Amino acid sequence: MVAFNVLILALVLYVALLFSVAFIAERRARAGRFGWLRSPWVYTLSLSIYCTAWTFYGAVGYAARSGLEFVTIYLGPTLVMVGWWWVVRKLVRIGRSQRITSIADLISSRYGKSTQLGVIVTLLAVIGTTPYIALQLQSVSLSFSVFARQAPGQLYLADQNATALWVAVGLAVFTILFGTRNLDANERHYGVVTAIALEAVVKLVALVAVGVFVVWGIAGGPADIFARIDQSDIATWQMRPGRWATMIFLSGAAFLTLPRMFQVLVVENTGEEHLFTASWAFPAYLMVMSLFVIPIAVVGLQMMPAGANPDLFVLTLPLSLDRGVLATLAFLGGFSSATSMVVVAAIALSTMVSNHIVMPIWLNMKRQGGATMSGDVRHVVLTARRASIAGVLALGYLYFRLSGGSEALAAIGIVSFAGVSQALPALLGGIFWRGGTRVGAAAGLVTGFVVWAYTLFLPSFGAGAILPAELLQSGPWGLGWLRPQALFGVSGLDPVVHAVFWSMVLNTLAYVAGSLISFPQPVERLQGAQFVNVFEHSAALRSGAHSGVATAEDLLVMAQRIMGAEQAQSLFQRAAAQQGKHGYLPDTTMEFVDSLERELAGSVGAATAHAMLSQIAAGASVSVEDLMAVADEAAQILEYSSQLEAKSEELSRTARQLREANEKLTALSVQKDAFLSQISHELRTPMTSIRAFSEILMEGRALEPAQLQRYSGIIHEETLRLTRLLDDLLDLSVLENGQLTLQRQLAMLVDVLDRAVETSFPANEQQLMLVQRNRAREALPLFTDSDRLRQVFINLISNARKYCDSDTPELRIEVQRRGDDIFVDFIDNGSGIATASQTVIFEKFSRLSDQAAAGGAGLGLAICHQIMDKLGGSIAYLPGQGGAAFRVRLPRLKQQAVNAAGMAVQQQK
Amino acid sequence: MGKRVLLIEDEPNIIEAIRFILSRDGWVVETHADGATAAQAVRDKAPDLVVLDVMLPNRSGYDILTELRAEPELAALPVLMLTARGQKKDRELAERIGASRFMTKPFSNAEMLAAVRELLENV
Repeated sequence: MVAFNVLILALVLYVALLFSVAFIAERRARAGRFGWLRSPWVYTLSLSIYCTAWTFYGAVGYAARSGLEFVTIYLGPTLVMVGWWWVVRKLVRIGRSQRITSIADLISSRYGKSTQLGVIVTLLAVIGTTPYIALQLQSVSLSFSVFARQAPGQLYLADQNATALWVAVGLAVFTILFGTRNLDANERHYGVVTAIALEAVVKLVALVAVGVFVVWGIAGGPADIFARIDQSDIATWQMRPGRWATMIFLSGAAFLTLPRMFQVLVVENTGEEHLFTASWAFPAYLMVMSLFVIPIAVVGLQMMPAGANPDLFVLTLPLSLDRGVLATLAFLGGFSSATSMVVVAAIALSTMVSNHIVMPIWLNMKRQGGATMSGDVRHVVLTARRASIAGVLALGYLYFRLSGGSEALAAIGIVSFAGVSQALPALLGGIFWRGGTRVGAAAGLVTGFVVWAYTLFLPSFGAGAILPAELLQSGPWGLGWLRPQALFGVSGLDPVVHAVFWSMVLNTLAYVAGSLISFPQPVERLQGAQFVNVFEHSAALRSGAHSGVATAEDLLVMAQRIMGAEQAQSLFQRAAAQQGKHGYLPDTTMEFVDSLERELAGSVGAATAHAMLSQIAAGASVSVEDLMAVADEAAQILEYSSQLEAKSEELSRTARQLREANEKLTALSVQKDAFLSQISHELRTPMTSIRAFSEILMEGRALEPAQLQRYSGIIHEETLRLTRLLDDLLDLSVLENGQLTLQRQLAMLVDVLDRAVETSFPANEQQLMLVQRNRAREALPLFTDSDRLRQVFINLISNARKYCDSDTPELRIEVQRRGDDIFVDFIDNGSGIATASQTVIFEKFSRLSDQAAAGGAGLGLAICHQIMDKLGGSIAYLPGQGGAAFRVRLPRLKQQAVNAAGMAVQQQK
Repeated sequence: MGKRVLLIEDEPNIIEAIRFILSRDGWVVETHADGATAAQAVRDKAPDLVVLDVMLPNRSGYDILTELRAEPELAALPVLMLTARGQKKDRELAERIGASRFMTKPFSNAEMLAAVRELLENV
């Protein structure tokens, strides 16, 4: 006898484990460490949500009632998976290349992105799945109550309704947590898939454990089991071929069309090659699941009291033999089966409901409201998703309460299967027949849905529950051929066979007829071609390549709305031509999508472009149409026009820059001409004198000695002048081109000035100008190129000597420290430089005087300017000093360097 | 006799050279160094020939010549222009405004002498 508390504890621990596994997987996926998350084994195990509580508990009950027929439920999927090459592979490829998010999305997308079809399939799925969810809730609460019955006095949780409610709420929380964490990139939920893979293992282990216990623990091994089977009613069971065929067909169809199966099979598929593994591993899984069903059923029938529910044998057999741990394991297995199905179904349904019902309504309302849709669409989608999950589970719970908990689990499952299978003609027709149209698909779906509801779903509640007993007996208005369970006079068939037969036949007929008589729209044609010929224009999508593929057309449509038709078309045409294709639709390679994103970014900004493209390219849940609407917004137009504005501003800025550059170049050219002309003049003038006098001397005529000396003196003087000019030019050239290498070293200002003054006055001219200095104040250390600095000083002193027009010429050299600078002022007592000329004196050839005797070419101050620039100081004319005054600014030596200088000076001493 | 030449030039060494060359050939050479007052000097001294430098302090030789040519009595005065800027456009400009001869510095003494003689023969 297992303590009820232990079961509760085990359950809590197990749920905690599931949460943490889902959480860890989700975190790994977010970190980009996919690894085993994308393994084919996880994929295969996730497919096991096909095995719900119905399979876990119900298969035994099914076997107890109908013998081997339960196997048909496994045979259908097995056939589909073994034949994966034909259908499943194509579905997966289309799902990936068209960014399909659900079966409703696939059908809607295939038939021209029809909103109505999406709604129809979604409704079908919700109606078909709700009983199934109710079934899972029922199984959990049933199994729970079994335990509770075993523990008298602990009935506080035995209320089945309360249990079901708790389970529904818990599942809603889990699903919302891990099913709607984000809308990133695609519709894959690594956390959920990993958790259900774990649950798949648990339920397999649990069922096998119970089976092993039954075969070897209760019976005496396989031989004994076979003997017991032979003795049981099951041995006498007769196979009904019609029902077998129907059930196999039904389970195969449901395997493809059940929203939850489509979710794990197509949407959560991370690599086409996983199908290869799943094609044998999944049937093998099903085989193991079914291995012990008959033994458990037989032993259960023999051992359990008459009237015991065979659906619960898996649980009640171990319990009755007081195998508490095994029973707990079985309970967890059943719990796993139920919860994994509900979680995935809720995700799949919520995706469909939010994408095909809530979002279109929301967008419509927004549009009618005239508001611009610039808000966060994702937020709306997520909210819709969460509300849908809660809604789906609430519906399931409601159905559970209303249906009153039918005892036969399998019956509800089959009704469900038949319902969702109505999507099969539209689905298969859509991927294999280009002629299928939206009208046909809608006609088929509606016909099948109505026939199913009429012949199977409504009658399943029992005569008089919804359909009056009279109608079941004699048809509506007494029309016998319209009896729900004997349409067109076909009576005597099993109700399920009858319903499946008629619904599928009429569905298919309506689909084909509707397709033939209607004319497909261009979008339908295009989508039809893309779906049917998917292998011809899409590369196999291997796992890891999670970029997703958008159709070029979708991108073009969006790009046109953003960039304008002409520009977008020419962009796409160019891209196609680069790929060697004609027309406007290039392959959506990564390069192309990247370049498109860049182009779009130019119009709407990078973030927006990226978001739009990644949503299209990665197949996020916001449909393309929604994005189109967003792209149409006035906000985009505004953005575009502001971009244009920015562009024109940029253009005029560029033009301005060009104009400035042009003016600069012109000025440079003029300057160069003037410079060359000036150089020419400066060179030719001394050469004229030299030539004239040298010719005079060459004539050989007798000249007075004084004349001879004078003329040769002139020649000598003029050659010196030429040399100076060339020296200055070279100096200036070196300085201007920045090729000057400074020889910085420690020096005392006073020394530099001493030598400059010495050099400036030839020995015989020293008395001509009085130089006033305060040598004590000049005792300042410098770290500079003292030769260059001296050159500047010499230039300034020589200028003063040459141009100072005072009768008693004087030059004051004043040194002062100010902050980080040292000022050396050269002030003479002449008439100074006219204000107008002060600005040009540092220009080349700006010699103000015409006295050739001055001996300079007008380059001196230009050179000084350059040198001071290089030395990190400056030179400027100092107005208002009476005479001509120049101020040389020198950077002061840093304190650290002063110390070093002091040491160096001491060492020298 | 001695025909009179007015040399308008600011470079002392060049003045000395030309004066030497022309005086030796029998010319009376007078000089003027400032551009601003050069035109007035021409009117005052009424020389037979003017040797005019382009690059003068305060006023260019071109301006001076333009002013001289505007006066009817000076329109036919032989003017030999000298320039140290040997560019083609300088020569063209000089000819356009009415220079009788145009010479680029440096020139040979013989060339200068020949030019002056030729100009005076035409007078």
